[in-house]
Amino acid sequence: MNEVIIAGIGQTPVGEHWDLSLRELALLALEQARQDSGNLQPQALYVGNMLAPQLSRQAHLGAMIVDFAGLTGIEAVTVEAAGASGGAALRSGYLAVASGQVDVALVMGVEKFSDQIGSSVEAASATSSDSDYEAIQGLTSNAQAAMLMRRYMHEFNVPREVFAGFALVAHANGAGNPNAMFRKAISEETYHKSGVVSDPLNMFDVAPNADGAAAVILTRPELLPPGFPNPLVRITGSSLVTDTLALHDRPDPLTFTAARLSVERACQKAHISPLQIDLFELYDSYSIFAALSIEAAGFAEKGEGWKLAQNQGEPAPISLQGCLPISVMGGLKARGNPGGAAGVYQVVEATQQLRGQAGGNQVPNLRRALVQSLGGPASTAVTHVLEAISPS
Amino acid sequence: MSTPTPEDLLLKPVYPVGIVGYGAYIPRYRLPASEVSRVWTAGEGGLPIKEKAVPGLDEDVATMSIEAARNAVKRAEVSPTAIRAVWVGSESHPYAVKPTSTLVAEAIGATPNVQAADWQFACKAGTEAMVAAIGLVGSGMARFALAIGMDTAQGKPGDALEYTAGAGGAAFLLGLAEDSLAIIDATYSYVTDTPDFWRRAYQKYPEHGQRFTGEPAYFKHITEAGQALMDATHTTAKDYNYSVFHQPNVKFPQRVAQMLGFKKEQYETGLLVNEIGNTYAGAAIIGLTAILDIAEPGERILMVSFGSGAGSDAFSITVTDKIKGRRTLAPQTRDYITRRTEIDYATYARMRQKLVMG
Repeated sequence: MNEVIIAGIGQTPVGEHWDLSLRELALLALEQARQDSGNLQPQALYVGNMLAPQLSRQAHLGAMIVDFAGLTGIEAVTVEAAGASGGAALRSGYLAVASGQVDVALVMGVEKFSDQIGSSVEAASATSSDSDYEAIQGLTSNAQAAMLMRRYMHEFNVPREVFAGFALVAHANGAGNPNAMFRKAISEETYHKSGVVSDPLNMFDVAPNADGAAAVILTRPELLPPGFPNPLVRITGSSLVTDTLALHDRPDPLTFTAARLSVERACQKAHISPLQIDLFELYDSYSIFAALSIEAAGFAEKGEGWKLAQNQGEPAPISLQGCLPISVMGGLKARGNPGGAAGVYQVVEATQQLRGQAGGNQVPNLRRALVQSLGGPASTAVTHVLEAISPS
Repeated sequence: MSTPTPEDLLLKPVYPVGIVGYGAYIPRYRLPASEVSRVWTAGEGGLPIKEKAVPGLDEDVATMSIEAARNAVKRAEVSPTAIRAVWVGSESHPYAVKPTSTLVAEAIGATPNVQAADWQFACKAGTEAMVAAIGLVGSGMARFALAIGMDTAQGKPGDALEYTAGAGGAAFLLGLAEDSLAIIDATYSYVTDTPDFWRRAYQKYPEHGQRFTGEPAYFKHITEAGQALMDATHTTAKDYNYSVFHQPNVKFPQRVAQMLGFKKEQYETGLLVNEIGNTYAGAAIIGLTAILDIAEPGERILMVSFGSGAGSDAFSITVTDKIKGRRTLAPQTRDYITRRTEIDYATYARMRQKLVMG
């Protein structure tokens, strides 16, 4: 297997881009990533997208994007795994370069929510769940997360207030990210006062759907252009694992088994223990998902993931100053949740951190980052290990 | 092609034009927003206003326009037969085909030597009628023209609009500046095809693009129109004693006022939405009537309407000393606001014919 380097990164600000279409968003991120890579010419494009056929009435994004970017003739295809689409697209690009079948792979995630409003967005998002047995009953993604949170509170006897820390950290970090949708720290009081979305989830327990596109360019180290200016970051582990599509088919809905297995397998490939990672870019589409992901990865005992979000006189362990920073550029909560693009944003942000290009949000002394995207309630989990190559 | 200067964009008539008479109308019934919340959200969630005005069973845009028009004519002290145009802007005309304006013109005694037509541009139909009336008078075609913006707005039960969709509006009799209690110095309009809110034929209630109605629609159009008018007239917010904007809720007009540099003491007089709801085509202009009720000669007013779909009309207005004798000739806007009978949701449902029988 070849060594795979992240040679270029690009991202648009996340938000409500009323004046930008799906293809325009894609092109903006793609051009940034190409420029960042020293204008490497991609041979293949893997597009992570979740909802374009429903929300923008556009499938066939591979051909659409290469056409718009003037790259016709290359290989291009969409990869879909609900919220994990971006991570799954990265894995496709990684496998292509690692196997030697492709020299330079372009991986991008793009999503455009603001073409539709209200119930049509809810209905589209619900297609990531089991349509025959869950969505048809009116179970939306929010309602499902709310039931998980309620069960968690019941099983482990914790009040809903303990989840505040996830939103507080995400928003504090979003304030330092120029591409974040929400760039303002929030107070504990703001969290507690916010309205209920789906009991017990309040507004700050739910990441906001938003438009955005992010891109990375992968290649082998020997193909980097001469004088490549960025510190090198490589992908050392990659794993995609699935679980039951419907939540009710699991013996214990509060265990994200696919998330656990994909962390174990990605770390195994990278020849490290999860304890050797310096930051964990997890999938905080809901604060309850953040807690469950921390537990699945083995950073906390079952029922205790929330403890890492508590600030007891010193910064919470999950904050930038803590021992397990998460949502380092705002996470899905404050940077925004651009659906199938989220996974690529996570990788772009982890790369910024490993390169030392994260500005005021920089986590010091970084070597390894664990990046995980989830589709549905971890019905798909994709995990990558990213590592900074120290200059020799 | 040369780029137009800001001054080129201003709309100014050949003969200076102003407001000769003005009149407001607000129905007496009030539905507290807490009633909508009680029925639809178990009292949860914020309220965009305190209460909205609701028309009685025998009221519609025609009857309400007649009330406002009569007030305007009283203040103008002009014979209705001298009025050469009656134009009514609304998105709740009682008939799809058959003008409201002929009915109004007939009722006030302006027929038959008169232009009459209805205007439709969501919430700026009334100010569009005013701009057209400025043209008719300012070109010398007519001595007096009546422009009305009036609505009995529709909100789908349970929708966010139901809290605010109110009823009311205002009428303005425009004439030459020399006859006017306030002179319209200039206007400027900013219009694009921005579909933020619409109601198709045969639909009972409008649909809207949720937050799309904010930044790209309301805020973009009002700030562009207001700023362009101020640039072209070489004025800033400090030069105006009052400002009034389209008011769909309490937050939007306050924020847009601040974006354009206006302070609370400048915009609070015209901000009526908290007490009467969003009167759509009547919203900005009924705020103007509340300002004219108290403004002193020489004081300046900036008014910017907004209509979905979308566009804004901006007006720079200067009050003259003729205001003093005339404003007491008809009921003031505050009188209508304080004339108030509170109703509950059930009564509202009956009066607005929300109950479908058989």
